[in-house]
Amino acid sequence: MEHIVIIGNGISGVTAARHIRKKSDKKVTIISSESKHFFSRTALMYVYMGHMRFKDIQPYEDHFWMKNNLNLVQDHVSFIDTENKKLTLTNSSPILYDKLILAVGSKPNRFGWKGQDLDGVQGLYSKQDLELMEFNTRGIKHAVVAGGGLIGIEMAEMLISRNISVDFLVREDSFWNGVLPKQESQLINNHIGKHHGVNLRLRTELDEIISDDNGRVKEIKTKNGEIIPCQFVGLTAGVSPNIGVVNNTPIEVGKGIKVNAYLETNVKDVFAIGDCAEQLYPVGQRRALEQVWYTGRMMGETVAQTICSAPTKYQPGHWFNSAKFFDIEYQTYGWVWNSLKDGEEEYVYQHPTKEILLHFVFDQSSKEFKGINTFGVRMRHEIFDNWLTQKVSVEHVIQNLRTANFDPEFYAHFEKEVVEGYNLQFKSNLTLNKPVWWRKLLKPQTV
Amino acid sequence: MEKIIKTPNGLNKNIMASVNYSIAGEKTQALNGTQKLGLTLATFAFFLVLLSWGGLTLNPAGLFLFLTLGGFASGTILYTIGTYKGHTAGIKNTGNFFNSFTNIGALGWIAAIVLTLFYVSLYWFPEYLGLNSKGANTGLVAMFEPLSQLLRKKSADQWFVYGTFYTLAILFLGIKFIVKYRHNKYHLIRTIVVMFSQLVLAYFIPNILEALNTTEVGYYSTNPINSYPLNYDFFAKSRIDARIADENQPLGMAYLVWGIILFLVVTPIVTYYVGKRWYCSWFCGCGGLAETAGDPFRHLSNKSTKAWKLERWVMHSVMVFVLVMTLAIMYSYFAGKDFKLNFIIKDRFTGMLILLAGLALGFAMFIWFYLKDKSKSRNYLLAAALIIVVLAIVMMTSYALDAKNAFGFSSKGIKKSYGFFVGAIFSGIIGVGFYPLLGNRVWCRFGCPMAGYMGIIQRFKSRFRITTNGGQCISCGNCSTYCEQGIDVRAYAQSGQNIVRASCVGCGVCSAVCPRGVLKLENGPEDERIYDNPIIIGNDSVQMNPNVK
Repeated sequence: MEHIVIIGNGISGVTAARHIRKKSDKKVTIISSESKHFFSRTALMYVYMGHMRFKDIQPYEDHFWMKNNLNLVQDHVSFIDTENKKLTLTNSSPILYDKLILAVGSKPNRFGWKGQDLDGVQGLYSKQDLELMEFNTRGIKHAVVAGGGLIGIEMAEMLISRNISVDFLVREDSFWNGVLPKQESQLINNHIGKHHGVNLRLRTELDEIISDDNGRVKEIKTKNGEIIPCQFVGLTAGVSPNIGVVNNTPIEVGKGIKVNAYLETNVKDVFAIGDCAEQLYPVGQRRALEQVWYTGRMMGETVAQTICSAPTKYQPGHWFNSAKFFDIEYQTYGWVWNSLKDGEEEYVYQHPTKEILLHFVFDQSSKEFKGINTFGVRMRHEIFDNWLTQKVSVEHVIQNLRTANFDPEFYAHFEKEVVEGYNLQFKSNLTLNKPVWWRKLLKPQTV
Repeated sequence: MEKIIKTPNGLNKNIMASVNYSIAGEKTQALNGTQKLGLTLATFAFFLVLLSWGGLTLNPAGLFLFLTLGGFASGTILYTIGTYKGHTAGIKNTGNFFNSFTNIGALGWIAAIVLTLFYVSLYWFPEYLGLNSKGANTGLVAMFEPLSQLLRKKSADQWFVYGTFYTLAILFLGIKFIVKYRHNKYHLIRTIVVMFSQLVLAYFIPNILEALNTTEVGYYSTNPINSYPLNYDFFAKSRIDARIADENQPLGMAYLVWGIILFLVVTPIVTYYVGKRWYCSWFCGCGGLAETAGDPFRHLSNKSTKAWKLERWVMHSVMVFVLVMTLAIMYSYFAGKDFKLNFIIKDRFTGMLILLAGLALGFAMFIWFYLKDKSKSRNYLLAAALIIVVLAIVMMTSYALDAKNAFGFSSKGIKKSYGFFVGAIFSGIIGVGFYPLLGNRVWCRFGCPMAGYMGIIQRFKSRFRITTNGGQCISCGNCSTYCEQGIDVRAYAQSGQNIVRASCVGCGVCSAVCPRGVLKLENGPEDERIYDNPIIIGNDSVQMNPNVK
């Protein structure tokens, strides 16, 4: 029986394992040094904040793995012998594989700051990072978080939940504006300011972390020369593929482990998926490195199909993503870049008082809908996916927004204002369509 | 302090923690001044309750009643202000698993023990609460004398004390819930309705009717929203006879007719359109208390598949129990020499026919669901239909033999044991007393036959579902953790399936706590509710998402 070995038990590796099991009875082994059982990485913050226990962020009950005949090995892979298809482990005996899936994830970036290895300085990615953070932040009063992205804002939220005040250093002149257009970014800047204990410092860069007598951080210095006393520093300037395990192997790497459209590496029978995979031929406007939960899951689904039935190209559909910035939920469907590309036009609706923002991007001449960012409003994924496939016009989107809305029942609606704003800006006279049962709005797929 | 800790690099590192262990950065809850003041007032009120529970009659009763209820009111409101003021509107679950009260710590245990003792006193030792059937009440019951006289024009008893506490708990802690979820209009409206339902329908109407001397049967049965079979003695002889007694007309008859319509017509139709939530988390008193006072404990419900299995067995056993009990008492009622309902139902034979017609209705429902449904669980519907057939045969045999009891047991005995095991121990002690240990919906999830009845409708013939939003789930687990009914919501959401479950009471908290906007409670066409083989959209490489074994 063919033995499929997966290194990494995050969403990518576990999805691959589950789908291989669904399609076949191949022997499947998942190796991870991080944790025995799969957990939701994106939920680590809730454990620190006391919303959930660690066991609550494990999506499957412990008996799931044995029931589905998925072998779990908790160990660290120290060497991959691709010639003999053999994995050397730190503590247990070597494992032979027929096919190997590398789903080894990322690690927090450290850009060689002076003092980055001091006690009380850390990133946040793994379960061990969370445990370290629990230890590092016990009894402290003030922290610095350096790096204005998703993990940075999460870390700030985590820290203030323990009454630890935070200086949140963001190098750019607005939060996450490498991804978010300026209106959205500004909305989040303002929202951060509403939370007691977080001091958002834009255009502020970490220069150096300074130690006390015990080798622990006591303060940091910014590039402007300012000193900020603190007992903890969170390094949240992004993540990069955790490719140490393929050192000294013929597996080709760039920033990540290089894979073709079939998620194959240059070495036969070795695949790479998830955060660690670097696409040689990125799909559409996607990046070569996609470090997102959903893309990891899709690569897992795809590689399982390749291994169990026909070779299958990684073909993610329309881009979507979501996040939550303190209290504001964010969803995106299609492409909304931080600034308009050539030939694109935009319409932004912002609620006068509430933290609600909708950002539509469309083609200037054809009015074809390209993408949407939503803040403080939920939208139906299936409808937007269908609209993007159908290449509907932005006007169609705006007119049918009431049906696409996914907010809970009784929530206030403002689609009328969205339409009015659009009419005013583009001198049109669209009317808002009445809500219908949402499936009626889906048009058949035209492949 | 020295500690060896493993760093992500796998190195053992000596961390000399030269940190200042002071107030900040700790898991334990740091109370602010307003919270402390609120807790002080509520504890003072609780102290007055304890004193009078211990037998002390506080005089003047009116003053101390005012102090007690005022202390609880101002205490909870101040505590609410202290807790949420200055915080942005949003999900407020921080520290739930660090807090001794909400995470089965010492405070949780103490709360459970005190509540349980209160229920034990209430059900079996009301004299400890100060009830005195021979003379003037003392203690806690005496404290409620002025309010009872005002509302009911009669002396207080332990049930009046309980009803008042119960209603005020829903009101005061309902306000707390509203403030906590102030950003969510579903919760706002739902909570206002459940507070109204408890205060007006379950408290004022029955008590005022007592003042008007309309009925002798106590407040519980004149609550127009307390439906059979939750109100398990709706068909008891004492209740029926009281409702058709001449002095209670026309209201008594109205209650009888309304009760039957509520059970047979309103419940199935409304549940078909919106799911059982209309009752369980909008109108029901048990649900009202669970959603308000019980909210801090909702994450304690057990989410394992084992618990789910237990839930199905226990709840459906209670349903069989309540059915057997109802048949037994009705059979005995019609077997009586001169039952008072005989101005409508002429003789014992007609009574039997009515009972059999009821069973036939239930049988038809199960067979109809069975024929319509194609899922694995349809076989349970056949089993239910079979149970009904067996009960009907046994009952007809008893009738043919002219036996006094339908099932060989005394109907009073069955009713008594139901009242003891299900009415008191299950719904009272475990259902509410164990809130801080087992979560706030143990009764609703494992016991309530009304919830079971609506659950069958919700599962097999309803427009209600919780829609999963495409592929946006990140498996974080907030939905499952905060599901008071112990549904593993995430298991559905992460595989792109809608949630259609008999036990869902539609509280809407899964949808509220979801950080990615994945869940929405909604009503829509039946045929699109359940996907056994859903497509997680967003990945064009793989079309179908195979179900996980």
